[in-house]
Amino acid sequence: MKSKTERPRVLVVDDYPDAREMYSEYLEFSGFDVIQAVNGMEALQRAVDAAPDIILMDLSLPVMDGWEATRRLKEDARTSSIPVVALTGHALAGISEGAMKAGCDAFVTKPCLPEDLVKEIRKVLDRSPQSTAARKMRRSGKYAKTIG
Amino acid sequence: MTGGRDDALAVRLRLLEGFLSRTELADCAQYALQWLADVLGVSQSICLVKPVGEQTLFAVAAHGVPGASVANFTVSLDEWVNPLVGIVNERRTTFYGASHSSAERRRRPSTPFEDTPFHVVPLGVPGVADEAFGLLLIAGTAPLGPEFHWFNSVFSQKLDEILRQQALAEADRKQGRERSLLHSIINAVTDPILLTDTEGRLLIANARALSLFTASEEESEGRRGAVRMNNMLLSSALSSKAIEETGAARRELLLVNPLDGSDLLFELLSTVTEDPRRGTGVVSILRNVSDLRRASEEIEENYRKLRVAEIQAHAESDRLNLIIDSVADPIVVTDASGATSLMNAPAERLFTTPARASAAELRWVQANDAHFSSFIAGMLVSADQRRVGEIGLTDPRTGEPMPVEAIAGKILSEHGELTAVVTILHDQREAMEKAKLYEQLKQASDELARKIQAATADIAQQNELLRRQAIELEQASALKSQFLANMSHEFRTPLNAILGYTSMLLQGVAGSVGPPVKRQLGRIESNGRHLLTIINEILDISRIEAGRMPLQISTFKVPELVAEVKSELEPIIMRSKLSITVDVPRELHPISTDRQKVKQILLNLLSNALKFTHHGGVTISARRIPKERAVTLSVRDTGIGIAPADQERIFEDFRQLDNSPTRAYGGTGLGLSICRRLAQMIGGRIEVESEMGRGSTFTLTLPIKGRR
Repeated sequence: MKSKTERPRVLVVDDYPDAREMYSEYLEFSGFDVIQAVNGMEALQRAVDAAPDIILMDLSLPVMDGWEATRRLKEDARTSSIPVVALTGHALAGISEGAMKAGCDAFVTKPCLPEDLVKEIRKVLDRSPQSTAARKMRRSGKYAKTIG
Repeated sequence: MTGGRDDALAVRLRLLEGFLSRTELADCAQYALQWLADVLGVSQSICLVKPVGEQTLFAVAAHGVPGASVANFTVSLDEWVNPLVGIVNERRTTFYGASHSSAERRRRPSTPFEDTPFHVVPLGVPGVADEAFGLLLIAGTAPLGPEFHWFNSVFSQKLDEILRQQALAEADRKQGRERSLLHSIINAVTDPILLTDTEGRLLIANARALSLFTASEEESEGRRGAVRMNNMLLSSALSSKAIEETGAARRELLLVNPLDGSDLLFELLSTVTEDPRRGTGVVSILRNVSDLRRASEEIEENYRKLRVAEIQAHAESDRLNLIIDSVADPIVVTDASGATSLMNAPAERLFTTPARASAAELRWVQANDAHFSSFIAGMLVSADQRRVGEIGLTDPRTGEPMPVEAIAGKILSEHGELTAVVTILHDQREAMEKAKLYEQLKQASDELARKIQAATADIAQQNELLRRQAIELEQASALKSQFLANMSHEFRTPLNAILGYTSMLLQGVAGSVGPPVKRQLGRIESNGRHLLTIINEILDISRIEAGRMPLQISTFKVPELVAEVKSELEPIIMRSKLSITVDVPRELHPISTDRQKVKQILLNLLSNALKFTHHGGVTISARRIPKERAVTLSVRDTGIGIAPADQERIFEDFRQLDNSPTRAYGGTGLGLSICRRLAQMIGGRIEVESEMGRGSTFTLTLPIKGRR
């Protein structure tokens, strides 16, 4: 088993506890470091504070919805390089386009089995070497200094 | 004196030469007086001449006398007491010496010479005329010598010659004037007048005649032809006339008007004139009688018309009688005194009695007569031109009451006097009967109209209800679609957790589980998946119905799609133990359409084939149909098959052939309905061929380039 700090960190954002906790549990089981948020606003805070390697973002959220949160993450230099995987129970056409437009890097429709979700997250992480570099910077504390 | 003789001859010669070169009377006379003065030493002289056609002598020349006194010196030949007049008439040379006594002075003529002695010499040529044409007054007492007498005879001769020529010229002028006067007179006559020789050749013609009988070269062929014809007609008329008759004769002559080609009818009056110098000629006067002819024709025509009108009037009157008799309504014409002057047959039935009338009939007729008479009496005394009234008559034959409408009109003469009253009686019984029927008809019609109105109102109300229901249905349908879309989301969230945790349990995330628990968890998982399929299908239908399924066209290769579909169903294929054959040519043309929808259709068809087949295998094949520019994708199975009667129903919503609660096959029954709708959306179609117990083939036909 890898040490806890080397494990990729996932921010799971979902207001529905059963789903949030289910994915968190399975992600930890699958070797991820997991942090959670219950709405868009909290997700923004967590993303800045904890600097996750990837964010799993449910789109239908209270306080601030997933589209808006993603847009803000992508506009903020501190968080813009973090890939965002959108998650939604709405299978209506146009939802995925809206998510991509907001800056999401991937799109997954619920119901989604935990193992399928992990597959998708691994795929996105492999595509994004920058996030690995960011993670290393964060670990060495350089990132925090740079942003002051 | 030879020289004197020669001189005398020379001066005479000079006079003659002077005369030769002069033709004017005054000029000649003046020259002569000058010669007298030069040669014979006559210091004072006057020449008087009577111009042609005049009765007065005028001084034409004078020598040595003041011009003013000569200018007014004239001698009227009518003054018998004037001695000079006597000298002219008697042609006697006279000498007047100086007058001494008053008696002598009275006998002496008054001249510009006054008291100076003078000779009066008459001018004239012996043997030509009795009287002199002029006088020469010579002042002086010297006797007139032979030289003077020679002069006088030569001078007289010369003047006579000039006067003759003047007279000739005057006569010519006069004749010319007369000729032109004559010409303008005959030209003023509107009738053609002409003089011809006995052969009919034109000698003299007035303007009107010229227009009929002559034509210049410049005139049209038509006019010249008309003129030639007129000449022929004229000469033949004249020659025949010359043969048959003598003296004046009248006859008609038809000529052609050269101007417009119309016929002109003339009356020809011709007279033979005998002219000793020019021979026999014919004077013809043509009188245009075309108008006369026309007038007489018109009179004839008018008379004829009058006759026709008279005949027509008779016929009209007969017809009028017929009409009056044929009118069913009684008509009565009454004169100004109220007496009946005319009635038609229907009126006679009311107001006259037949030969063997019953007493009752007689009574009814009398009553009718009384009623009608009182109506007419009212009409006669009133000023109304027309009057309409009702009269209660009785049918004399039946005794039935017969109310009539009487319409009476006055007929007035030109002077406004009443000449007659015409009354038409209209039987009201029929009208009353008709009115009654009409009233009944109207009631029935009104009743019908009310019923129709009620029915129409009902229909309108129902239409409105239907319209509202349609709107409500539409709204309900939209609401249903929206509801289903929302519900499916609500269904998915818990299902997500159920499937997720089941999967985690199966994977042993929370510790390993034994086989019996695993089998039970497997049941939960497969039922959860089935539920998800159902939810997805309901969602698809509601999205299609709500029109919220846009097309996303891309170009892709069919073999790849088929492989993808096959791999997604791999777990089911594994379980089914059926053989799957893929017959898709690798070189098949890529197609442009909505890949996701084609995939969904194929997934559905293939999973159906797997579901309903227990033995044998399933074949997926693809073919290009160049003729239709299309591609077919077929899924053939060796399953239970579908009865012909059911082959269309399987595409209906929520339709599974076995509707029993304990049916053997799961599913919503929406799969094929969704497939067909999706196929239509991308411009394709799905057809089925099947045989009970042998299997089914579902074929999707797609255009190579799908709808945009």
